[in-house]
Amino acid sequence: MLHIKCPHCGMRSQNEFSYGGDATVKRPELNKEISDQDWDNFVYNRKSLRGKHWELWQHLSGCRQWIKVERDTATHEIFNTLKANEDIS
Amino acid sequence: MQKYSIFNLIKNALSNHEKWDLAWKDPTPKKEYDVIIIGGGGHGLATAYYLAKEHNITNVAIIEKGWIGGGNVGRNTTIIRSNYMYDDNALFSEFGMSLWRKMSQDLNYNVMFSPRGIINLAHSDAQMNVYARRGNSMRLNGIDAVLLNREQVKEIIPMADFSENVRFPIFGGLMQPSAGTARHDAVAWGYARQADSMGVDIIQNCEVIGFDVSAGKISGVRTSRGDIKTKKIGLCVAGSTNILAEKLNMRLPIETHLLQACVSEPVKPVLDRVVTFGAGHFYISQSDKGEMVMGGDLDGYNSYAQRGNLPTLQHVLTEGIAMMPFLSKLKMLRTWGGIMDMSMDGSPIIDKTHIEGLYLNCGWCYGGFKATPASGWTFAYTIAQDRVHDLNAGYSLNRFNTGHLLDEKGLGTKTWIS
Repeated sequence: MLHIKCPHCGMRSQNEFSYGGDATVKRPELNKEISDQDWDNFVYNRKSLRGKHWELWQHLSGCRQWIKVERDTATHEIFNTLKANEDIS
Repeated sequence: MQKYSIFNLIKNALSNHEKWDLAWKDPTPKKEYDVIIIGGGGHGLATAYYLAKEHNITNVAIIEKGWIGGGNVGRNTTIIRSNYMYDDNALFSEFGMSLWRKMSQDLNYNVMFSPRGIINLAHSDAQMNVYARRGNSMRLNGIDAVLLNREQVKEIIPMADFSENVRFPIFGGLMQPSAGTARHDAVAWGYARQADSMGVDIIQNCEVIGFDVSAGKISGVRTSRGDIKTKKIGLCVAGSTNILAEKLNMRLPIETHLLQACVSEPVKPVLDRVVTFGAGHFYISQSDKGEMVMGGDLDGYNSYAQRGNLPTLQHVLTEGIAMMPFLSKLKMLRTWGGIMDMSMDGSPIIDKTHIEGLYLNCGWCYGGFKATPASGWTFAYTIAQDRVHDLNAGYSLNRFNTGHLLDEKGLGTKTWIS
């Protein structure tokens, strides 16, 4: 079982969280010329990295906040967690 | 190639079965091939077989990082079905069913195809309506579908929980009588043996390191066993698709996720169908050895780990026990996990790409095993003819761009959500 350190609540079990996907995907900016390819990359195309992966989780059965988690997709090791509004360095 | 038959069995019995030919050779890679298939799983092996059989292209190599049949074709729950509503999925899968029915004869290898029928349980009136609609769609496409009421389901699977005061009472179900199971390893080995006999080189322990692309065309592949020239490459690597796509600077509508399955200790025959729970995601059948073979939800987050976490397994088995309470008495024999190429609409991709000579076969989510023959057949056609067949026209890569999604389950872009 994963143990995720929620930046708001501390270390909690995976059961309290739900997954939200790749955290590095950025919505194209509003009111700017956007190509179909940009939309594709935002909506559908994913890198799906093997190794370190920044992803969104929601602490659904806790503080209900969205957080960012850096996790290894091959070993499940968790390196870092951030609040949703904090930038990935 | 030695034919497998009762006479050869008797003949070889006299020499203590020590003189059987190898089922396939262990060749060293040649300098150049007409077609290279990357990935020696079910789909890759089937593709090579149909390239040789249907299109007479035999200068073909399958290159596989590990050993053939060691991925998802060796670790699935062996369910074969075509109970889809959308035309593209239904016609493709039903074509696959026609190949499954004659596969043992075609391959001269007993794949133990067992058309025992699949029942999807319904737990509300609304769900019965949805199943009636799906059943009608199936029948319009020539697929057998039978809507069962509660009593009919009870007759077929009396061991399910038919008490009145359960959270998800059984209202009925949708049955596809021609669906079933097959011995998954035999499928891989059968295709491998026949492909090898027609001249295909099966090269194992050979990892792809990179691709040679010049002027937008494939010119070769770099592997751990040397560079190999080719003009056509078929990518059949399921959960590793994104890893290889990255080497080609391609981003695909695929995420790799983990799916677990498990078997119980073997028990006497109790279940002679494949049954799925309708109020969650759980499916079960009984193997010939007597084990209850079970599976359900994805773990729910990107993973290349090939091993699962317990919360998902507990969740899946809770559904199983809700459906068939006797399961709680069984001991678990094995659990395992495999990595799935989850596409963004839940349907696969069999298509050409923007790179000339590069063909893509991926996005099978957790339905890849049943598609093995149809996938191999259509992928071989697409590679040989350099165009898609009607059967895989719906499985295009650019449907995500044009909006022609095949979202059979209607889950949006998060097909891994449980």
